[in-house]
Amino acid sequence: MIDYEKMLSKTVCDIKPSGIRRFFDMLSEMEDVISLTVGQPDFVTPWHIREAAIESLEKGKTYYTSNAGTGELREEIAKYLKRRFQLEYCPKDEVIVTVGGSEAIDVAMRAILEPGDEVIVPMPSFVCYGPIAQMLGAKVVNIDTKLENKFKLTPEELKNAITPKTKMLVLPFPNNPTGAILTKEELEEIAKVLEGTNIAVLSDEIYGELTYGKRHISIASIEGMRERTIIASGFSKAYAMTGWRLGYLCGPRELIKEMLKIHQYAIMCAPTASQFAAVEAMRNGDEDVEMMRNEYNRRRVFILEGLRKIGIECFEPEGAFYIYPNIAPFGLSSEEFAEKLLFEHKCAVVPGTAFGDCGEGFIRISYAYSVKHLSQALDKIKAFIESLKK
Amino acid sequence: MEKILQLLEEDATLTPEQIALMLSKEVGEIKDAISKYETDGVILGYKTLIDWDKTSREYVSAIIEVKVMPQRDKGFDHIAEKIYNYPEVKSLYLMSSGGFDLALIIEGKTMREVAYFVAQKLAPIDSVTATATHFVLRKYKDKGVIYGSCEVDERGNLII
Repeated sequence: MIDYEKMLSKTVCDIKPSGIRRFFDMLSEMEDVISLTVGQPDFVTPWHIREAAIESLEKGKTYYTSNAGTGELREEIAKYLKRRFQLEYCPKDEVIVTVGGSEAIDVAMRAILEPGDEVIVPMPSFVCYGPIAQMLGAKVVNIDTKLENKFKLTPEELKNAITPKTKMLVLPFPNNPTGAILTKEELEEIAKVLEGTNIAVLSDEIYGELTYGKRHISIASIEGMRERTIIASGFSKAYAMTGWRLGYLCGPRELIKEMLKIHQYAIMCAPTASQFAAVEAMRNGDEDVEMMRNEYNRRRVFILEGLRKIGIECFEPEGAFYIYPNIAPFGLSSEEFAEKLLFEHKCAVVPGTAFGDCGEGFIRISYAYSVKHLSQALDKIKAFIESLKK
Repeated sequence: MEKILQLLEEDATLTPEQIALMLSKEVGEIKDAISKYETDGVILGYKTLIDWDKTSREYVSAIIEVKVMPQRDKGFDHIAEKIYNYPEVKSLYLMSSGGFDLALIIEGKTMREVAYFVAQKLAPIDSVTATATHFVLRKYKDKGVIYGSCEVDERGNLII
């Protein structure tokens, strides 16, 4: 008999399976559920972008590209970052095309973190940072952002979390799951704290195109920050291209040079057809992004007002496509709330605890759904809330 | 308030309550605006897109190009009115093409019924000098909606 425990890496086995795996398993078994759990756009990739990939296949462009991605795409990414966020990156040696934003995060963390290093992660947030750090033997220092601070990272909280071992700060804004964003002034405050340190910033800007009312500001555009910032972003959310698995990594060439080694040996290069599609997206996709942003905004207002009307307290999200209502007043834990809503009213939301312990008392609702769908869900949530009051 | 029109053009089943939530307005305001649009003739009606191919109903449609002789003082309007008053005429457009003047879309139960309309009603109108009938074999897309497809949410539900 093989002893698999001996065979497997202890580090990997020590990674806890996500606490809400059970919830998602239950959800997948049930039928006729109105779900608000999906974390990806409901739009199809715009046709002209799909067409560019099809054309590349028709022309037989089925080779590997260079490790960092096609020169054409890297140039478009550099132009795009300048056009949209006033960022300057050299396409030759400061941009790597990755397999989704996820790979960009993984590569950036692997290039910076060593066993014993500390990485600061504002919570609640996307689920990957902690486990990746753990695999590298680094210690995760969570900062629980607070509702009263609009789920923003404050300079005081950051200052208190920094130790001599701190190597990296993850900056996941616009934030999944809260929808919080950071303004220029707030980023400048954070920049002041980092001044004079050797701390790298991993800025996860995958939702950078999806802000409402205020434009997304990258911390790399704040004075003195570019030299320590690694931007991880991608095409999934902005262009509705989740299945294409395409993202990018930008930073100072001294960092990118080393990161390219990891990408080169682990991945070789991002999918070629996806890269052709991405060139088209960046050249001619601005209008599509705007159309989708307007539509998400409509739904954001709809769900926000709708939840408030039925008596659920809600922080107004300013980015991404999630809303993060406070359900603590109803006297149930996040998981109990989500499970009861699922079993009694066939409506699915994600318990806030999926995104960290500080998510207790909250649920995450995705509004990447049609208004009709959201409307049906609101009816179910309303019925549930009324049943709780009885 | 033209946003209301954009929303209703996309989905006429949206209720005033839903529109009010989307636009952060009072329900009363939305209801008033809609009824004003209706009385002013900006909103002319609400219809449903039906894929009749999925039902047992017999159904055929055709696009007919019509060449007409415009009438003194009345231009094309008078003749257009004569044509659009037939209930089987579903749409009628004045075109800028050199080959013909009016294009109409007609629906009927059978090809024979459509042929009958052309021969007995349309062609005999005095100013009509020629017609060309094109039967529709299959409707792929209408009013921005793709026919024959059925939307299913196939997105993977990852913990993301």
